Amino acid sequence: MGTTDIIVKLILIVVIFLISLVVAMYSTYAERKIAAFFQDRLGPSRAGPFGILQPVADGTKMFLKEEIIPANSSKFLFIVGPSLAIMTACIGSAVIPWGQTLKIGTYVLDLQVTDINVGILYIFGVVSLGVYGVMIGGWASNNKYSLLGAIRAASQNISYEIAMGLSIIALLMTTGTLSLKEIAAQQHGWHWNVVYQPLGFLIFIICAFAETNRSPFDLPECETELVGGYHTEYSSMKLGFYLFAEYINMFISSAVMATIYFGGYNFPFMHSLGLSSNWVTILGVIALFAKIFFFIFFFMWVRWTIPRFRYDQLMDLGWKTLIPLAIANIVITGIVMTLFK
Amino acid sequence: MSIFYFVAFLSILFAVLVISAKNPVHSILYLVLTFFTFTIQYILLNAQFLAIVNFIVYMGAILVLFLYTLMLINLNKDSEPMKTNLVKIAAVLGGGCLLVVIVGALKALGVSQPVILKNPDLGLVKNLGKVLFNEFLLPFEVSSLLLLSAMVGAVLLATKDKKTTV
Repeated sequence: MGTTDIIVKLILIVVIFLISLVVAMYSTYAERKIAAFFQDRLGPSRAGPFGILQPVADGTKMFLKEEIIPANSSKFLFIVGPSLAIMTACIGSAVIPWGQTLKIGTYVLDLQVTDINVGILYIFGVVSLGVYGVMIGGWASNNKYSLLGAIRAASQNISYEIAMGLSIIALLMTTGTLSLKEIAAQQHGWHWNVVYQPLGFLIFIICAFAETNRSPFDLPECETELVGGYHTEYSSMKLGFYLFAEYINMFISSAVMATIYFGGYNFPFMHSLGLSSNWVTILGVIALFAKIFFFIFFFMWVRWTIPRFRYDQLMDLGWKTLIPLAIANIVITGIVMTLFK
Repeated sequence: MSIFYFVAFLSILFAVLVISAKNPVHSILYLVLTFFTFTIQYILLNAQFLAIVNFIVYMGAILVLFLYTLMLINLNKDSEPMKTNLVKIAAVLGGGCLLVVIVGALKALGVSQPVILKNPDLGLVKNLGKVLFNEFLLPFEVSSLLLLSAMVGAVLLATKDKKTTV
């Protein structure tokens, strides 16, 4: 790896990082606008035209508010909690293939930060690490509501990780690789994995809702029972980090779903348009982002449509419905693969 | 090599902190860091699959459950049972004996030749899978049965209580 490669990778990392932050910022705006639309209101409309500067105003407010650290809390861990939450949210984007290669002169630019051999498992690792941010923050607050929220988050994440992992196994049986780049390349044109794994996708998307703590699985911050859940004691930008991490997680999980089930940067007829490879790549990146934005919209659509689960219903769904379904999916995939190959 | 020594130093440091930390929750968090340094060691050995599995299973699942349990238990100085002096002296004597044995064993130790793998990519998923499902198929399946029986046993223990109370 030469010096130019390292510089190019650094630029790519910074660009992807900035895109995740901007998308997360405008997701908060989109969420408020969509909620307003669903409830027949106007939503934020004062800051800038159509309220488009609202996220900037919110961010400034978060930064300027007073920081409060509770007297009986564990001070170091109180700061570690939100830092860990935002860090784990940001590092997931490293293995996602954002597009094919761009040719600039003689230099070939690969639109992926790193293609590690175990890409999907890396995503799982990052997801499973995400729960520490919530748990540490909730415990360090020294508040019973925070602790209950943290414990709920931990048990929920662990329960749904199992079903998520099992749903991925069926997908890996058909693709035969763990690298996200190869999985994306295999779904050329219309051969999207969702066609071959509809049940697996359904299980995966339900688990993605649970892992990102989005409604209807937002029990860790259920305000009717737990005041504010794990971030009850947080104020200022530390609270901002927790809220922001949720939106980045939503963006990353949408990107993962688009990549492994909905063809990633592939779109139909991509090589029969007669365009040069650079234009196909650019259109592919646009296609990937269109899919991601659709999934983000879907997350919000569900949030403002479906009420929250009760806690025992959540556990029943995870352990008694999703896990058996995922195992059945593996068995069916195996039978079909042996019969037709 | 210098990275190895640095990470190994960190592993030992965090492992010592696990035992010396006063607060059990801090202990678990140091244990998480210890396992994280193990993950780095696996990556240095080019065993990517083992690294990521160690990351997901130990750091992501088992230690979360440890933390979960510890947060639920109310660990106070008042409620914690104190050991009697006799037990403390016995523990010190036992620990000392173990130290003597370890030092004796280390003194008798000869330095072996470092093992060089024929295939440096053995830790990658494809190669590891081939080895597991060809060469070591029987031990692999036997260990899966062992895990299954442990799982059934755990479920049985959890449901046993319910029947007697209801």
